[in-house]
Amino acid sequence: MTRKQRRLYFVLLGMLALGAATALVLTAINDTLVYFYSPTDIKAKHVGTDRRLRVGGLVEQGSVVKQGEIVRFVVTDLTTTLPVTFKGVLPDLFREGQGVVAEGKMDGAGTFQASEVLAKHDEKYMPKEVTEALKQSGRWQEEEGKK
Amino acid sequence: MSSLATYFSMGGYASYVWTSYALTAVVMVGLAVSTWRGMKARESELKVLQDLTPGRRGRSKDTQG
Amino acid sequence: MHRFANPARFLRLAAAIQPWTAAATVLLIGAGLYFGLIASPADYQQGQTVRIMYVHVPSAWLGMACYSTMAIASAMALIWKHPLADLIGKSAAPIGAAFTFLCLVTGSLWGKPMWGTWWAWDARLTSMLILFFLYLGYMALANAFDDPTRGAKASAVLALAGFVNVPVIKFSVDWWNTLHQPASVTKIGMPSIDPSMLLPLLLMGVGFTTFFVTVLLVRVRSEIMASKIRAIRLMQIHSTPGAVASGEVVG
Repeated sequence: MTRKQRRLYFVLLGMLALGAATALVLTAINDTLVYFYSPTDIKAKHVGTDRRLRVGGLVEQGSVVKQGEIVRFVVTDLTTTLPVTFKGVLPDLFREGQGVVAEGKMDGAGTFQASEVLAKHDEKYMPKEVTEALKQSGRWQEEEGKK
Repeated sequence: MSSLATYFSMGGYASYVWTSYALTAVVMVGLAVSTWRGMKARESELKVLQDLTPGRRGRSKDTQG
Repeated sequence: MHRFANPARFLRLAAAIQPWTAAATVLLIGAGLYFGLIASPADYQQGQTVRIMYVHVPSAWLGMACYSTMAIASAMALIWKHPLADLIGKSAAPIGAAFTFLCLVTGSLWGKPMWGTWWAWDARLTSMLILFFLYLGYMALANAFDDPTRGAKASAVLALAGFVNVPVIKFSVDWWNTLHQPASVTKIGMPSIDPSMLLPLLLMGVGFTTFFVTVLLVRVRSEIMASKIRAIRLMQIHSTPGAVASGEVVG
């Protein structure tokens, strides 16, 4: 084996080992790398009222109720729903049927008390006319349409 | 005129959109200019050095002579 | 491969390519700006802010492409000891750092109006920030030693080790719940982006790439000259007038 070959195998082996180590570490700390939990996760975890966490999902159609500064809405992952209460300014993209991430704590009554609400958007980019044409032709697929 | 104003307002997001583009322009033009200037500076430095010091060929001739 | 490792041959090749990539950059980014800012529609959800995508996404692509270039050059430098490979890695780093910086800042400017926050510690944003720090670390390490070959070796090892971050950035949106949305263009099947918006995005993407190639070629040229300057200065130290005189006396 020439020196060049030895160096080549050394680098390849090093990268392989490093890649494997990274994969293991990332799998091990998977839970902390997740930015938010779904309503199903939260139900399964039985989280206490003392832990701050984030919940993400879609704002259920027709669930948004505004009472002055207080907003109530329901976050759904299409299997489980979670009621959320929030007091403050909502982002521009916040709307029914859209993705949302709320940060806060569970209260005793099973409602999520959010102190911050962020909007999450999907990877679809298109002009308004196209979405209207798709909706008219019945080819529009929206997450809540699958319910 | 008002349509131009509507265009520049970017639906109320003018500050976000135009800042993004301006910053991109500044960084890319800055990188290109500093790269070009750096290269030119080294080119002239190298030229000065090569003119000042006799090349390897020249000196080896000297030592031979 | 070794044929291109010859600096003289590289300089000839670079001189031939450079005007074309420079012209292509101007044309592509010009067209990209026209389609991105004028001849494309607003998004059905995000309105006019979607135009930030045409600088944000190409910056992200280039931030990762520059790093890949740097990592490949570093591997070649470590394995085959190509003198040119070190210079390519060293030249690519500032360009990649600039693009990664642009990606982070334009992303922030896009996140504030749409998500409602300048920054979120989700996996995609955090891994991109790590990429930026890897660039800074690489540049610091490459210049930390008096002996440039030692600096090159240390920074090449860092570049290779940090390369694991690149697939993490790419797949972070698929592996974990993130605030950042998944990929649109490289989605399996059809890209979920309208052709009218895909066109400026691709024009800018290719334009940024030719920009990278052009700037990289100039920087490598500059680094080759810098190493020549260093060699001449070293020669001068070893043959100062005094040294030459004493040598003559001895001779």
